[in-house]
Amino acid sequence: MSIVESPSTPDAASIDPFDLEFLRDPLPHHAVLRDAGPVVRLEKYGVYAMARYDEVHAALVDWQNFQSAAGVGLSNFRHEKPWRPPSVLLEADPPRHDAPRAVVAPLLTTRRLRDLEQSWRADAATVVAAVLDRGDEFDAVTDLAEVFPLRVFPDAVGIGTEGRENLLPYGDFAFNAFGPPNELVTGAAPHMPPVTEWIGRQCLRENLTDDGFGAQIWAAADRGEISPEHAPMIVRSLLTAGVDTTVTGIAAIVHALAHSPGSVARLRADRSLTRTAFEEAVRLESPVQTFFRTATRDLRVGDVDIADGEKILMFLGAANRDPRRWADPDTFDLDRDPSGHVAFGMGIHQCVGQHIARLEAICVLDALLDRIVEVEPAGPERRHLNNTLRGWESMPVRVRRG
Amino acid sequence: MVDTLATASARRNAAHGGTLVVTGRRDVAQDVVELTLARPGRERLPDWAPGAHIDIVLPDGTTRQYSLLGDRWDAHSFTIAVLREPVGRGGSEHIHAQLSVGDTVGFGGPRNNFRLSPAPGYLFIAGGIGITPLMPMIRQAELLGDPWRLLYLGRSRARLAYLDELAGYGERVTVHTADERGRAVIDDWMPDPAVAPLVYACGPERLLDAVDRWAAPLGRHRVRLERFTARGDVDRPTTAFDVEVASSGAVVTVQKDESIVDALRRIDVDVITSCAQGVCGTCETGVLAGVPDHRDSLLNEAERAESRCLYPCISRAVSDRLVLDL
Repeated sequence: MSIVESPSTPDAASIDPFDLEFLRDPLPHHAVLRDAGPVVRLEKYGVYAMARYDEVHAALVDWQNFQSAAGVGLSNFRHEKPWRPPSVLLEADPPRHDAPRAVVAPLLTTRRLRDLEQSWRADAATVVAAVLDRGDEFDAVTDLAEVFPLRVFPDAVGIGTEGRENLLPYGDFAFNAFGPPNELVTGAAPHMPPVTEWIGRQCLRENLTDDGFGAQIWAAADRGEISPEHAPMIVRSLLTAGVDTTVTGIAAIVHALAHSPGSVARLRADRSLTRTAFEEAVRLESPVQTFFRTATRDLRVGDVDIADGEKILMFLGAANRDPRRWADPDTFDLDRDPSGHVAFGMGIHQCVGQHIARLEAICVLDALLDRIVEVEPAGPERRHLNNTLRGWESMPVRVRRG
Repeated sequence: MVDTLATASARRNAAHGGTLVVTGRRDVAQDVVELTLARPGRERLPDWAPGAHIDIVLPDGTTRQYSLLGDRWDAHSFTIAVLREPVGRGGSEHIHAQLSVGDTVGFGGPRNNFRLSPAPGYLFIAGGIGITPLMPMIRQAELLGDPWRLLYLGRSRARLAYLDELAGYGERVTVHTADERGRAVIDDWMPDPAVAPLVYACGPERLLDAVDRWAAPLGRHRVRLERFTARGDVDRPTTAFDVEVASSGAVVTVQKDESIVDALRRIDVDVITSCAQGVCGTCETGVLAGVPDHRDSLLNEAERAESRCLYPCISRAVSDRLVLDL
C-alpha cells in the first residue's frame, strides 16, 4: 500500500512544539512527527526530534551518547547560562549524577513509602469526602487534583506551612523554562524572583522538619554521601518535580475514567486494576511530554547524522501513543499491559519520584472508588498550557454515588 | 548510535535476560584471570557505578560476587577479575579451570554497597585482588580531578594485577610487597584528621581491620570498607520453578529462560513492569512463601535476607515454589 500525503499535512520539519496551538492539541502533530521518520530536524529551533517509541526508549537509556548535563531543555548549557543552577539530579550525568541519585532513590522506594500510605489514604478519603459534600459536580483539577498533592507532599518533604501557594507557580515556571522564552515564560518571569527565593529558603536545613525527605537528604550530607552544597539542591529537585506532575497524573486518571464509561464499575469490581488504570492514564497523558538530550559525539540515527553537541527533543507523549508499539494506542484500556511506557522516562534519569506519584494517585483513586459508581464530563475542559507539561486548568465532572 | 537504536525492539524483548557470555579471558597476574562478559545478543547491559558488583551464577548453581572494573561508558560489556582460591568454596576454581570464551553464566545486579561519595580527596587501599572495585574509583577520581593516592599491598609483584596501568599514575601509587619490603605498617598511612579525604579499602580481613581502627579518630563515615566474605551467599540453580498466585491459587512454571513476569503473563496475570531490569522497582511484589533468588539492583543485603518482596522482572527462586502476593 502506498500512502500519499494530503497537501494539508503539515511538514514535520516546520512543526513548532512550543507553539500554543501545538500545546493545546499536540496529538495530530505527534502523528506527523512519528510518521516522518525515526528522527526529524525541527527547523525553527535547529534541533532534532524523536517521536517513535523505539528510538525514544533507546536514547533515554543511552546516557553515554545522549547526555542530560547540557540541559534537558532547549537551552544548551555548553554555550548558555541556565536560569538557575542546574539540577544535580536531572541535569547531571555520571559521574556527578551518581551520588545525588544514590541518596534520593532509597528514600523513595515503595518500601519506604509504606510508612506514609496509611495516612495518605486517610487524607485522600477526607479530601474526596469534602469534595462530594459540596455536591455531585466538581472540578477534578482545582477541587481535587491540585488539592491532594499540596496537602500531603510538602509535609512529606518537611517544608514550612507558610507560602506553599508558591509551589505550583514555581513548578509551572520551571517546566516552562525547558522550552524557548515564549509568552509562557516571559509572562511569568517578572513574578518569579520572590517565588524562587522562597523555594530556596525552604531547602535550607533550618527550615525543614526533622522527619521528612528533606531532613533525610541533609542526613546523607552528614554521612558524607553527598556534599553539603548538594543537599539543598536535591531538596529543590523534589519541590520542583513533585507537585505539578502529580497534579496532572491525578487529573489524568479522572479524565480517563470520565471518558471511559463503565470503567469505574470495572475498577470497583476489581481493585487490582487500579495500578493498570494509573499507568494507562499516565501513558495516555504523559504529564511530562518532552525532555531534551544532547549528543555527546557524532551520531547516526536512521539515515540522519547528528553532530556532537546537537540537541534532540524526546517526545515521551508521542512515544507512549506510537502505534508501532501500542495496539489501539489512543484507548484507555484496562486489559492492556502498559509496562514499558516512558511517561516516567527510562534509564538512569527515570523519575526517581514515580513511586510517590503512584501512591498519591492510587490513594485518590481508591478513595473515589469507595464513594462513586460513575463519573462523566460535566462541561468543557480547559487545558493548562505549559512548554513541557500536559495538564488541565479545569475539568468539570459529574459523579454518581455508590 | 545506530547499533543501539536499531536493536531497540530486540532489547525490549530480551530485557529479562540474566545470562552473560564470556567474550574475553586473559591472565592479569599470577592466579588472577580477567573476564569480559556480554549479553548473548550484545544488547546493552544495566548501568553501574564504581564500587558495584554483580552476582555470577555458575552452571552448577554456585553464586559468587565480583566487583565490576571495566569502563562504564562501554554499555555492552562487563569486566571482572577473579583470584584463584584453592581453599575457597569452588567458585573461583571453576572459573579458572573451566570457563572459556563462549561459555555462558547467569548474572544478577549490579548492586552497589561501596559507593564512591564526593570528597576533596581519596586514599585508596587495596590488598591483592581488592584492587578490583578501586580501579574504576581511581579512574573516576582522575576524571573529576580529585586528588587521590593508592596503597597497593601484596605478597609479590607477580601476584598484583593492573600494575602496568597503575604505573601511569606515577607517585600517587605506592606498591608495597612483602617479599621486597616486609610487612607494611598500615598506621603510617593514616590521613591527617584535619584534612578530609575519604578512605576506601578492599582486601583481606586483617588489612581491613587495621584500616577500620582509623575510623574512630577520622570519623566513621570517612572510612569505607568492602569485605570479601559474609555476603550471605547461597548456592542456587538457574532452573525452572513454580510460582503460585496467592489470590487465585493459580500455579505456573517459570522456565529456565523466561522471567517470572513472562510466565505469569501466560496465565493472564499481568505484573506491570517498567525498566524490566530490576532497577526501578515498579514491579515490586510481596513474597508469602518460598525463597527468592534476588537478582535486582534495589534490595540491600539485609532486605535480601529478609526476602519479604522481590522484583519478578529479573529475580528468580531458589526454592521449588514461590507464593507471590498477587
